[in-house]
Amino acid sequence: MQPEPVVYAEHLSKRFGSFTAVDDLSLSVQQGEIFGFLGANGAGKTTAIRMFCGLLTPTSGIARVAGFDVHTEARKIKQTIGYMSQKFSLYEDLTVAQNIEFYGGIYGLSRAEIIDKTNRMLEELKLEERRHTLTRSLPLGWKQRLALSVAMLHDPSIVFLDEPTGGVDPISRRNFWRIIYDIAANGKTVFVTTHYMDEAEYCGRLSIMYQGRIIELGKPGELKEKYGLKSMQEIFVHLVGETEPADKPNIISSTENG
Amino acid sequence: MRRRLLAIVRKEFTHIFRDWRTLLIIILMPILMIVLYGYAITLDMRNIAFGVIDDARTPESRALVEAFTENGFFKPLGREVNRQEIEQLFMRRDALMVIVIPREFSRELQPGKRARVQLLIDASDSNVGTFVSNYAEQVLQLYNRRLNGSIPLLYDIAPRIFYNPDMNSTYFFVPGLVALILMLISALLTSIAITREKETGTLEQILVSPVHSREIILGKVFPYILLGLMNAAIILISARLLFNVPMRGSLLLLGMLSLVYVFVALSFGLMISTVAKTQLVAMFMTLMATILPTIMLSGFIFPVSSMPEPLQYLARILPATYFLIIIRGIMLKGVGLAELWPDSLILTGLGFFLVVIAIRRFRMRLE
Amino acid sequence: MDALISVEHFSKSYGSQKAVQDLSFEIRGGELFGLIGPDGAGKTTTMRTLVTLLRPDSGTMHVQGFDVSKDIRNIRSITGYMPQRFSLYPDLSVDQNLRFFADLFAVPKKELAARLERLYHFSRLQPFANRLAGRLSGGMKQKLALSCTLIHNPVLLVLDEPTTGVDPVSRNEFWNILRELRAQGVTIIVSTPYMDEALFCDRIVIMHEGRALAQGTPAALIEQMQLPMYALRDSDVVMRFAVIEQTPGVVSVQTFGDTLHITAEIGTDEASLTRSIAAALGHDVVLEPIAPSLEDVFISLIEKETRHAT
Repeated sequence: MQPEPVVYAEHLSKRFGSFTAVDDLSLSVQQGEIFGFLGANGAGKTTAIRMFCGLLTPTSGIARVAGFDVHTEARKIKQTIGYMSQKFSLYEDLTVAQNIEFYGGIYGLSRAEIIDKTNRMLEELKLEERRHTLTRSLPLGWKQRLALSVAMLHDPSIVFLDEPTGGVDPISRRNFWRIIYDIAANGKTVFVTTHYMDEAEYCGRLSIMYQGRIIELGKPGELKEKYGLKSMQEIFVHLVGETEPADKPNIISSTENG
Repeated sequence: MRRRLLAIVRKEFTHIFRDWRTLLIIILMPILMIVLYGYAITLDMRNIAFGVIDDARTPESRALVEAFTENGFFKPLGREVNRQEIEQLFMRRDALMVIVIPREFSRELQPGKRARVQLLIDASDSNVGTFVSNYAEQVLQLYNRRLNGSIPLLYDIAPRIFYNPDMNSTYFFVPGLVALILMLISALLTSIAITREKETGTLEQILVSPVHSREIILGKVFPYILLGLMNAAIILISARLLFNVPMRGSLLLLGMLSLVYVFVALSFGLMISTVAKTQLVAMFMTLMATILPTIMLSGFIFPVSSMPEPLQYLARILPATYFLIIIRGIMLKGVGLAELWPDSLILTGLGFFLVVIAIRRFRMRLE
Repeated sequence: MDALISVEHFSKSYGSQKAVQDLSFEIRGGELFGLIGPDGAGKTTTMRTLVTLLRPDSGTMHVQGFDVSKDIRNIRSITGYMPQRFSLYPDLSVDQNLRFFADLFAVPKKELAARLERLYHFSRLQPFANRLAGRLSGGMKQKLALSCTLIHNPVLLVLDEPTTGVDPVSRNEFWNILRELRAQGVTIIVSTPYMDEALFCDRIVIMHEGRALAQGTPAALIEQMQLPMYALRDSDVVMRFAVIEQTPGVVSVQTFGDTLHITAEIGTDEASLTRSIAAALGHDVVLEPIAPSLEDVFISLIEKETRHAT
């Protein structure tokens, strides 16, 4: 028998007025997986993630994250998950250490824990010398890793990464994915959204979303075999390009931004 | 080239009319400001609460109290006041004045005698105290005159006041408000006009075209001149309707000189826009550079001639200083260009100076 | 040499920060040329200088013989430039945006209708002519921006990261349009942080932290490196990548879902590498030679640089 999935959704839908952002979404992600959530801008990725994080209430359907119901147990979910978005939620005008302390405080860590965590994290990130540097002046790759560490500060069992690697150089990106693999190797679940297909190649399993629906789900290798194509980029263009109408509804720009 | 200039003018108009919410704010804001400021900034006092201790209780003493309540300046407390609570009344600010009419009041109201009435005035705010006492004296004079001068007063001066016979300070302030609001709104409009394009990145896109800085600057001034003029009209009409400010001079002249003033303010905004990097910075700079100097230095409240000399020099570079002379002159005194030409000339000069500065400061590169 | 663009020893700093150092390249007419590199490589600075928005600190840049530090207006009238950020007026319609730029560039009134038709044709934006630009989807915005830069029939097209943040399908379409334009003889210089897009260019210069690491055709660059790379398809060992990385002869290991990509030291033979990895893991493995990607080339170039530096 399979263990209970960490992220589980059944016929999950979210409508904004007459616009359906997420349409009948079903998936289950196991502990320790690196699950990719692919789709163009406005495909419904962000809406789905926001429902999993307890930020939006589903219009219909069931979703459980770490065993908690998104309808009724949003607070508990927030304690068990970590979240990092493309616009790293670090305060640029605070120092590296101040950022860590601030987020430690938000998640209710004790003073001693925060000091301990801060030191450990700075050591891991090799940022000890930059402890008092303003976050603004860190290179993008460092910021990104700091943001991820901050998202992991309260030791969550699931991390949601919303387009985490935009604009960083290939070396930083490989280092970043190395950390993601380390996180997964420690038994935590990583849920990544992206519309960069080269990033999709790194995922253990992935789903492709289009107009609110999941239109394909599987391992990158299996999908490439199934369609006889060489890269996820080609698969995506093949799947979405066929169904892409010339236009998308306007509402996308106002309800989705990532 | 005319075509590029027209293209920018057309585009600015499209921006203005497409964003009708902002347009509405631009139209409503001056009305709101003139109403708020117009009623708040006034040195006139109304409904001054006062208590009466009437020991005489005669028809004459009642007539005196009535004289106080007649014209709306004073409002009686509506209950008896006794001597012990006077200080408490002042402390709680329930009343600003207490009139004590002695028992002998009616008897003393005879030719050859002197009737005494005591006025107790709360002068913790000395200005207010002076006003209250002045008003009260006027009321007493009125009462005196009604009794055919049977109460001999120590003095009997009848000053004649020019231009503003009611000494209504609103007449003095509203033209000033017009100057302030026009300056503020016009400068705000253009101060964000270029910074907005800096922020959205569209400036980078039009910079790489063969457009000239003068085309960009002038193309942005023209549409807003119309908007500014519309504002001027709205403010002047509401000033007239709400406060009955007189209009003694030529409306046409005022309109034309308002246009010049709006042009100065718009150019000033554009100059800020070429310097500031973000809309927020531009707005703060505009607020700082317009509101405070205009209120404090332009003669809006304090006459320029009574300022310390260094501040007078500062006042002389403020557009509002000249426009205040112009607008007060036209509205209250009814003077024309014959008297106002130096101020009008300086104002026009300021406008051209600022617009040239804005054009020269405008960078055709990103550095 | 009939170079349309020549950049010689170009350097540019912002205060103490060196944005570009000693960059030189030439572009022939009709080429599709790529500036490839991550954020901070100096791509935007180079492009902005090329379109006369910035001045070089030292070195020279010429576009069709015009000097970027002197002949601003000449260069601006033959160049189409698309900045990295969407920079059209969101509150103007598609048609209003196009006509505005036509006016700025003084497109002859007689020709305007024909040009608009042609641009609408390739961008397929005709049905949305009256829609506000801010209401377009990401891919359509990019096509509109491209159309606006093409309105005055520029000789040279300078596109700064036109596909960043655009979904894969629109990216694909965008590159198809660029190929079409090149076929019509337009010279295009494009920047991108995506190594996979570099393959679509005729020639590229790979930039990193303000310096050019290499230039040439993408195929030649990959060829030159001769990186020995292998794939290890075994989902059970993926999480043990750290062990493999310690194995002698291995330079780096990259995880791809259920597959590992192993870069070996140059000169390592396959058989001995297979043996040492098997020994490290404690069971047999099958290595499969694979062609390195441009990203692999990029990373090894940077590693080479840092080795030289130390």
